[in-house]
Amino acid sequence: MLLIHCPYCEEERPELEFRHAGEAHIARPENIAEISDEAFQRYFFIRANPKGVTFERWRHIHGCGRFFNAARDTVSDRFLMTYKAGEPKPDLGEAGGNQ
Amino acid sequence: MAETARRMSALEGRAYEGSGIALTPTAPASRLSLRAPEASLSALSKALGLTLPRKPKTTAADGGRAALWLGPDEWLIIDEKGADLAALCAKVSALHSAVDISHRNTAVLVAGARAEDVLGAGCPQDLSPARFPVGAASRTVFGKAEIVLWRTGEEAFRIECWRSFSDYVFSLLEKAAREA
Ligand SMILES: [Zn+2]
Repeated sequence: MLLIHCPYCEEERPELEFRHAGEAHIARPENIAEISDEAFQRYFFIRANPKGVTFERWRHIHGCGRFFNAARDTVSDRFLMTYKAGEPKPDLGEAGGNQ
Repeated sequence: MAETARRMSALEGRAYEGSGIALTPTAPASRLSLRAPEASLSALSKALGLTLPRKPKTTAADGGRAALWLGPDEWLIIDEKGADLAALCAKVSALHSAVDISHRNTAVLVAGARAEDVLGAGCPQDLSPARFPVGAASRTVFGKAEIVLWRTGEEAFRIECWRSFSDYVFSLLEKAAREA
């Protein structure tokens, strides 16, 4: 079983306790009532879906309940790192080199 | 037809004892789901007579009352003597949310030399004493049900689960316990 490090529980926990919650670092437009349909579509529906390193939200739903962010390689399914919600997108340097 | 309805617990009459394992439903207890920010913790700790634990996967217990850390701002408070925990918190003016869940949950005690193995049938966490020592508690899963697991002794655990899941949880525990 995959083990995922929860930054709030401060330890690795089995993946059964977690739920995937979509792409991370998507900022909701401040003026959402005014933007065009095309701009709303880009914000709301369009996702990167890369082959390689992706940044995702995960939720420790059957643990501490918290949402956090993770950098995961979609080819190997390896979690490169996890970090608390609200923290800036990390620079993975070499580890994220295949992006 | 002057009958009075008798209140029955969800696991009334269920118990199992085998080699190295005993499964025992607990007596009723009062329970509180407590949410609070850091700034409110000292006032709430004072009202509850327990120091609310700040560290993940830890508990504080004293005289039949316990506080289990569930998340950075969330605790499960259990009082085996049935104290009105919500009333105690109601006296605190500091920001918090206290919801009485005494009848939402029920609990099973899992005790004996095989307790870790029996729990391992449905719980994916590492329950070895090094990773889950006496006094550790965590929300996790048991089979398909969400539980709160608390290690109360070297060979003793308390499983808290929603009463509607308790038949499933007890049945799975018993099935695992029967496998020698
Ligand atoms: Zn967690």
